[in-house]
Amino acid sequence: MMLIRRKPELTYADVTPKEIYFNRRKFLKAMGAAGAAAFTGGHLLELASPSRSVYAGAKFPNLIKSPFSTTEKETPYQDVTHYNNFYEFGIDKDAPAKNAQKFRTSPWTVSVEGEVKTKRKFTMDEILKLAPLEERIYRHRCVEAWSIVVPWIGFSFSTIANLVEPTPKAKYVAFESFYDPGQMPEARYGGIDFPYVEGLRLDEAMNPLTLLCVGMYGDSLANQDGAPVRTVIPWKYGFKSIKSIVKIKFVAKEPPTTWNLANSHEYGFYSNVNPNVDHPRWSQATERRLGEIFRHKTLMFNGYQDQVASMYAGMDLKKYY
Amino acid sequence: MRLVHRVPSFLSSKWTKIPVFFACLVPFGVLIWQASTGNLGPNPVETLQHTTGDWTLRFLVITLSISPLRKLLKLPELIRFRRMLGLFAFFYVCLHFLTYLGPDQNFSLAAMGTDVYKRPFVTVGFTGFVLLIPLALTSTAASIRRLGGRRWQMLHRLIYISAVCGVIHYYWLVKSAVLRPLTYAAIVAVLLLWRLVDWLIRRGRAVPATASTQRASVNG
Repeated sequence: MMLIRRKPELTYADVTPKEIYFNRRKFLKAMGAAGAAAFTGGHLLELASPSRSVYAGAKFPNLIKSPFSTTEKETPYQDVTHYNNFYEFGIDKDAPAKNAQKFRTSPWTVSVEGEVKTKRKFTMDEILKLAPLEERIYRHRCVEAWSIVVPWIGFSFSTIANLVEPTPKAKYVAFESFYDPGQMPEARYGGIDFPYVEGLRLDEAMNPLTLLCVGMYGDSLANQDGAPVRTVIPWKYGFKSIKSIVKIKFVAKEPPTTWNLANSHEYGFYSNVNPNVDHPRWSQATERRLGEIFRHKTLMFNGYQDQVASMYAGMDLKKYY
Repeated sequence: MRLVHRVPSFLSSKWTKIPVFFACLVPFGVLIWQASTGNLGPNPVETLQHTTGDWTLRFLVITLSISPLRKLLKLPELIRFRRMLGLFAFFYVCLHFLTYLGPDQNFSLAAMGTDVYKRPFVTVGFTGFVLLIPLALTSTAASIRRLGGRRWQMLHRLIYISAVCGVIHYYWLVKSAVLRPLTYAAIVAVLLLWRLVDWLIRRGRAVPATASTQRASVNG
């Protein structure tokens, strides 16, 4: 595949140094808290114990800038970490930010198994050293018709696949999220079954765009965004990108996927971003970028058609939604 | 005991409507405050839509509970607040509608028409909204006189359908977490069933017509 290498003129670090960003936020928060303290005093507690995950603070200094990155304006970190669908930690968008703070993401292992030559368990430290880490600024489109632009960190999923060597029988990849009702008591209100499972066709998984993601905004993943390791599949609706992965299994048959199990009429196995195929209950033609008031047009394959359209040549995308 | 006896006279006081009025405006005030301080969260439009939708349903439920409460608590004075509460339901549904017509449909009535026609979830919500318009328009004492108590009351039973539409609208909105819409559904069901049972009992009593039924019909 030929790729045009765009020289990145501005890096993430140039735009918003994270320390300054956080300090500014802390300052604003402190200002607000000082004012609000007269009424509640609640915010002061939050200030006193800023919650951090195990890996947080461990910076990724030498990130490779990816040619797949968009130049669109990044969604603020605050929004991306306070507007999440992570039903294990509650159904409201702001629930995961609160309920995932004590989520234990260390120690962590990911089991890679199924139709492969070498089944293996990877620790997080091993995963972080599998390949040079890249920063990829992707558009992310939720099936609920909102979208964000996020600087993810990771490497192509194919790296790990090539390491374990799928056998010829492997046609699909099944992913499984961590699930512990003890740490995730809110999950019972989700209305879907856990652990969360997802899947990709093997060629989709091997597409260079498919990211095994270990960080965001120059840092580790926030717990509510799927720490410590997740996938990011930018041309599919957000729910296809599974969070907090503990198992990757190469399989012969199309694996079950959580939202498809919950409602097969509304959520298909493919779930490619497609403005021409509406969700039964709402239009997918437009989307609202977080922070904006008015909607704009949704792009076919979320704008990644050059990289992925060939995989679906000849397929009826209305049927395989 | 003495306090209990004072409740009716307290409720009938001309001053009690004022604090209730301002209490009903609190959710609106909070939204204005949040909007002006940039505290509506990462998706401000959605926050406005969900909050105004929630308060519409709440005010519909509160309005529908006035009649049962009057009888159960033996506080007929509660009727004084029903119109105001119903109008607040209408106030919040108007805001809810505007957050849809504006940011979602770019203030285009044509786009809105297509959307209402195409999506059952929008159709049912829009129906619930439209049904409330005649009720708001005929909420004056003059309208009751003009229409006559019986016809006026028949018309205002549209709120039952409107509330059912609101609940279905909410139920069809959520992806899988149906607990909250089902809670509203249960409350509305109880409030409507109470009316059915009450009506059956009154009918079963077979009191020779006129005076008693006339009175009951105005109480609704």
